[in-house]
Amino acid sequence: MKIFDTRIEFFGFIAAACVLLLVLPSMNAFFPEGSALHVSSFQISLWGKYVTYAVLAMSLNALWGYTGLLCLCQSLFFALGAYAFGMYLVLHIGVDEVYNTPLPVFMDFQGYTELPWYWAPFEWGPFAVLAAVAIPGLVAFAFGALVFRSRIKGVYFSIITQALTYALMLLFFKNNLELFGQSYILFGGNNGLNDFKEIFGADVNSAATQRWLFVASVVLMLLVYLLIAWVLKTKFGKVQQAIRDSENRIRFSGYSTTAYKLLIFTVCAMIAGAAGALYVPQVGGINANEMTPAKSLDVVVWVAFGGRGTKFGPILGAVVVSMLKSYFLRAAPDSWLIILGAIFIFTVLFMPNGLVGLPKQLKPLWKRIRNSSAPGGESPATSGS
Amino acid sequence: MKKILLSFGMLAVAAFSSAQQDATREVLERLALAARAEQAGLLEELAALGDPYIKDFVGAWRTGEVFSYEVSEDETIALRRVSERYIRVATGESFEVADEEDERLKKIRPSRKLRRALKTITDTIDLSSPDAKTRIEAALKLGLSQNTDYLEVLRKKLEIEEDAKVRLKLEEAINISLLANAPDDAALSAAIERLGELKSLPARDGIAGIQDRAAEAGDEALVETCASAIEKIDAARRTIERWGNLVRGLSTGSVLLIVAFGLAITFGLMGIINMAHGEFIAIGGYTCFVVQNLFADAFGVQSAAYQWFFWTSLPVAFLVAGAVGFGLEKGMFRFLYKRPLESLLATWGLSMIMQQLFRLKFGAANVQVNTPDALIGSLEVGGVALSYTRIFVIAFAGVVVLMTWILLSKTNLGLYIRSVMQNRNMASSLGIPVSRVNSLTFAFGCGLAALAGAALSQIGNVGPTMGQAYIVDSFMVVVVGGVGNLLGAGLSALGIGTVDQFLQPYWGPVMGKIIVYFAIILFLQWKPGGLFPTKSRSMDD
Repeated sequence: MKIFDTRIEFFGFIAAACVLLLVLPSMNAFFPEGSALHVSSFQISLWGKYVTYAVLAMSLNALWGYTGLLCLCQSLFFALGAYAFGMYLVLHIGVDEVYNTPLPVFMDFQGYTELPWYWAPFEWGPFAVLAAVAIPGLVAFAFGALVFRSRIKGVYFSIITQALTYALMLLFFKNNLELFGQSYILFGGNNGLNDFKEIFGADVNSAATQRWLFVASVVLMLLVYLLIAWVLKTKFGKVQQAIRDSENRIRFSGYSTTAYKLLIFTVCAMIAGAAGALYVPQVGGINANEMTPAKSLDVVVWVAFGGRGTKFGPILGAVVVSMLKSYFLRAAPDSWLIILGAIFIFTVLFMPNGLVGLPKQLKPLWKRIRNSSAPGGESPATSGS
Repeated sequence: MKKILLSFGMLAVAAFSSAQQDATREVLERLALAARAEQAGLLEELAALGDPYIKDFVGAWRTGEVFSYEVSEDETIALRRVSERYIRVATGESFEVADEEDERLKKIRPSRKLRRALKTITDTIDLSSPDAKTRIEAALKLGLSQNTDYLEVLRKKLEIEEDAKVRLKLEEAINISLLANAPDDAALSAAIERLGELKSLPARDGIAGIQDRAAEAGDEALVETCASAIEKIDAARRTIERWGNLVRGLSTGSVLLIVAFGLAITFGLMGIINMAHGEFIAIGGYTCFVVQNLFADAFGVQSAAYQWFFWTSLPVAFLVAGAVGFGLEKGMFRFLYKRPLESLLATWGLSMIMQQLFRLKFGAANVQVNTPDALIGSLEVGGVALSYTRIFVIAFAGVVVLMTWILLSKTNLGLYIRSVMQNRNMASSLGIPVSRVNSLTFAFGCGLAALAGAALSQIGNVGPTMGQAYIVDSFMVVVVGGVGNLLGAGLSALGIGTVDQFLQPYWGPVMGKIIVYFAIILFLQWKPGGLFPTKSRSMDD
């Protein structure tokens, strides 16, 4: 079975894989600093971050673009994955020199002398990796089961997911959870988890580790791309898109849309969690700010800006908007939010198909210009569409 | 009317106090010059006067600012030095002393015994204050000091006090004092019992201490008495807390209600999720701030006209936000009808822009909106203090709800709005100017948000992100209430606001909120369409 739609897509995929997996890492590794062909480690981890963002955007696109579920808790799942893996990282900092404690510093501040039971398993790397995927999956499954069972859809779904994000964000901003007279330490409160030292025995900040993390992120992105491309070709994908277009018709045709949506929701949450787990070591920290409803809406913008319901759009959107953001944050910090907001409005009003759909959208216009300059051309009304 | 009465009262007090002060001054002069034997009688006279001037004078006396001056062989007067000048105590007129070194001028020092007596008088002076509130405060303060000297004074005051409220407080103060000074066990347990009946919150700790000691000593009868008194006090405290929570919850719920009304109207009518609704709340808050500054510039902060700034800013906020909403509807929202998911994005972008504009214009920090004098203070009902601002917010929400209801059900515009809500195309084909109705309704919804913001300026902060705290909640209100249903929105707003406040003491603000959200999700399992779901034959509504 063919996975790719066109030959261009196929060769583009291969080319992207080559560049991202081989060329960039080797340019970072084998060319000395100062060489024109050298890619700095800073650039590598920056692009690694963008790649994890792209994966996050792809997971949302699978939900929103292909299933019609505008989920406003995607960055929550991302952050949950990030926290799960961050817990592993923060437990491997070693003995803190200033406070002389083997525990994470914030636990020491709270007067803890040993690790709480729910933190302990995260010392073991494989468990943390598994948890980074499983925890978002479990949360999504439990929440999705409730929401989809009662047939909450459309904007109500968005509102409910936003409330979930908001509630958990409030929780993660706290240091301790008081429950039934017991106090449970949470995940670092305002500061979150940061200042990591080692990952699976290697120095987390070394160039080599960052390179491997970049490669891992790219592999994840390519795999997710393949997964989405493959699913779209299967019957499952057809049902998925049919749910987006007319859920009731599909339900009346005998499909359990609830089960479909639940499965997709859970898988997308797991993908987001995996992206989050790769995000943490490359950025060097995670805190509850990554969970704000605004972050989830950012992801929605990436998808909408890049092109909702296209395979490549979310990647493009995530990278372009993130680059714009880092550029404007330096060039015009005061007006960054205004620019981002304007992008939102402009995209929604004038670019329904996003960047990817732009050439197609501009084609009739381009033809009209060409026709008006070339006398005797066909009328613009008959071309286009 | 109230103001007139008040000013009469103040005049009366002023007249009364000047006459009284003359008497006081005279007694004070005599006391300053009196021989030891006469002092006791004068002190009693002084205590009965209860003039605040006594406090002032005694302070000066203690720091050595009071002198005697022999005018002639058989006339000696008392002088008080106030910033290098001398004043005759009895009259308050200034008196020339030619020479500081004059032998006739002698510093008077009160004896230790006199000082102590004077301290009792000054401490208990507030008990004779014409203001009942000051009397109550003084009584409690003296009671809590548990000083035997004051016990007698309090008892005496109880005999002459006429105000029932103050009498109760005096009794409470006496009994609190007795907790430490009771002559025997019977008196002690009587005091404890009485305090229980009076539901005296300040006495609780003292009684608990006695209970502990009695338990150690094995005095079971006393332990029993204490326990029952504490139980009564705790019950009273719970009632007070419950009422306080209820009012806080209702006022938060009222703000939510106004916000959610606006949302429900725009959402129900146009299928638009207005994520920028929170920023319209901020417009309301900032309008109050701007109007306040304009008033301060135009009339001055002290003027009576300044007090009107808040009342003026209410309609102004409504109009400003309405105008902004009207413009935005014409320029942007018009293109988003029936594209709810996209509208969510565009309005989110709008919200970011507006927030940043607020930040650039007014700064990232919160701004201060003052409370007009009429809303300062609190209403006391059965020991529960309900602040006027919160009561105002609740009443205000009531008025807004009433006006919205009248608009929707009694006016032509309301009729149009309802018809467009039910079936846009049918309404249009029947000649209803749908696009104008849309603009006006959207403007109205935004105006409601601004009214909520103006109300919020009295019970919360005004800042660029003030709307964000309410927006998630108000969406929940709309979902729980049933979209486009105002009754549902009203019930769920008050419900969510109150439940939130009631959970907070037990679970803390964060867990309280989380529980509310999860309760809402579970509630939607049971009623997916909210409290009052829209009835429609169309499957996709």
